[in-house]
Amino acid sequence: MSMDRRQFLKIAGSSTFLATIGIGAGWILSKPGDFLEASQFSQTKELLNAKQWAMVVDTRKFKTEEDYKKVVDACHRIHNVPNFDNPKDEVKWIWTDTYKHAFPGQENEFMPEQMKHKPFVLLCNHCENPPCVRVCPTKATFKRKDGITMQDLHRCIGCRYCMAACPFGARSFNYRDPRPFIKEPNPEYPSRMIGVVEKCTFCEERLAKGQMPACVEASNGALVFGDIADPKSEIRKILETNYTIRRKAELGTRPSVYYILEIPTSDISGGDSNA
Amino acid sequence: MYNGGKILLGIIVFVLFAAFPFYNNIGKVSAKPEPKLDTPVIQQLAEKKCVESKEFMKAEHMQLLNDWRDSAIREGKRIYVNSEGKEFRISLQNTCMNCHSNKKEFCDKCHNYAAVKPYCWTCHIEPKEKKS
Ligand code: SF4
Ligand code: SF4
Ligand code: SF4
Repeated sequence: MSMDRRQFLKIAGSSTFLATIGIGAGWILSKPGDFLEASQFSQTKELLNAKQWAMVVDTRKFKTEEDYKKVVDACHRIHNVPNFDNPKDEVKWIWTDTYKHAFPGQENEFMPEQMKHKPFVLLCNHCENPPCVRVCPTKATFKRKDGITMQDLHRCIGCRYCMAACPFGARSFNYRDPRPFIKEPNPEYPSRMIGVVEKCTFCEERLAKGQMPACVEASNGALVFGDIADPKSEIRKILETNYTIRRKAELGTRPSVYYILEIPTSDISGGDSNA
Repeated sequence: MYNGGKILLGIIVFVLFAAFPFYNNIGKVSAKPEPKLDTPVIQQLAEKKCVESKEFMKAEHMQLLNDWRDSAIREGKRIYVNSEGKEFRISLQNTCMNCHSNKKEFCDKCHNYAAVKPYCWTCHIEPKEKKS
């Protein structure tokens, strides 16, 4: 059979047209959930809701090593956060660091020794204006209506833009498969896989069950959690009656974690200012 | 046509080679996968029914799981109300696998048969099972 150019184009053109219609029709017909119109999704009844969740860290109540440890362990145990031996691979949701590193620019060489060496509890600040959300190319990191900076790990491609954007070091990358490094996996919570970034979620899975975050529960009142948009909340009362600071507030990310500092005071006229 | 014989021979050899998997498997039937449902939790159910009908789950569970995932993580809606109005907590590990605690005898049966490798389990923790 011989075919000239014109005929060939006619056949090719019409078959492409038909195929397009066919695929389109198939797509419309096969749209999932068609016969499940009655099903729907809703929130749990126990859900604790807020406009902007926030936390106050009362550093005065962290005294012994145990006080820090139980808070960090509570989080890392229930969330299957791996414990790598190599600090370069470290994955952390909540951790501690010195004043100088937690509040850079605020320190001075003459400040009380105990402040210089005191560890501060650090975690994701669930910023109201989060740079990590802005840079995430897949919208894996996003802001929930209750102010939590959430991460959809099904979408994370491990590009680590968010790590570069977060000024607080709140995010960790899984350089290795974390599974073998989780001592006692919590069967009720997933782990992560190699190549994704993870961080604190303000325990949104616990809020859905009407529970406070695990670290707050373990802290004996040293961490207070609440809705900062609600003027009647406990957290607002604490902020109104205590002087608090936030990490790197000058960057404009509007962190939602506040710190009450223990300020060793002495009367200025009273001489010994290092008491 | 130049070298017609050689070309024809070449085509025949190629077709025979490319079709090898087909005629090699003619007549051989792989056993139909039969996922097992006899877990302790399922045994105790008054009405042995999944979140939707068996037919729907067979055909659409992957889409349902995708919808569950997006609802729970992205919208924070963690309750699924099924077509009969019954409510379920959305959770692969705590709801699906609570009943189907036999991943090897349930999930894996069909997935292996169909040679699909869903990557749920790189993160989600599978229920503890006796090694078989
Ligand atoms: S602390 Fe970092 S990770 Fe958390 S919301 Fe702010 S910028 Fe994002
Ligand atoms: S590493 Fe993941 S969460 Fe972070 S910016 Fe990339 S895709 Fe988004
Ligand atoms: S709020 Fe929850 S996820 Fe965040 S540090 Fe505390 S225990 Fe961990």
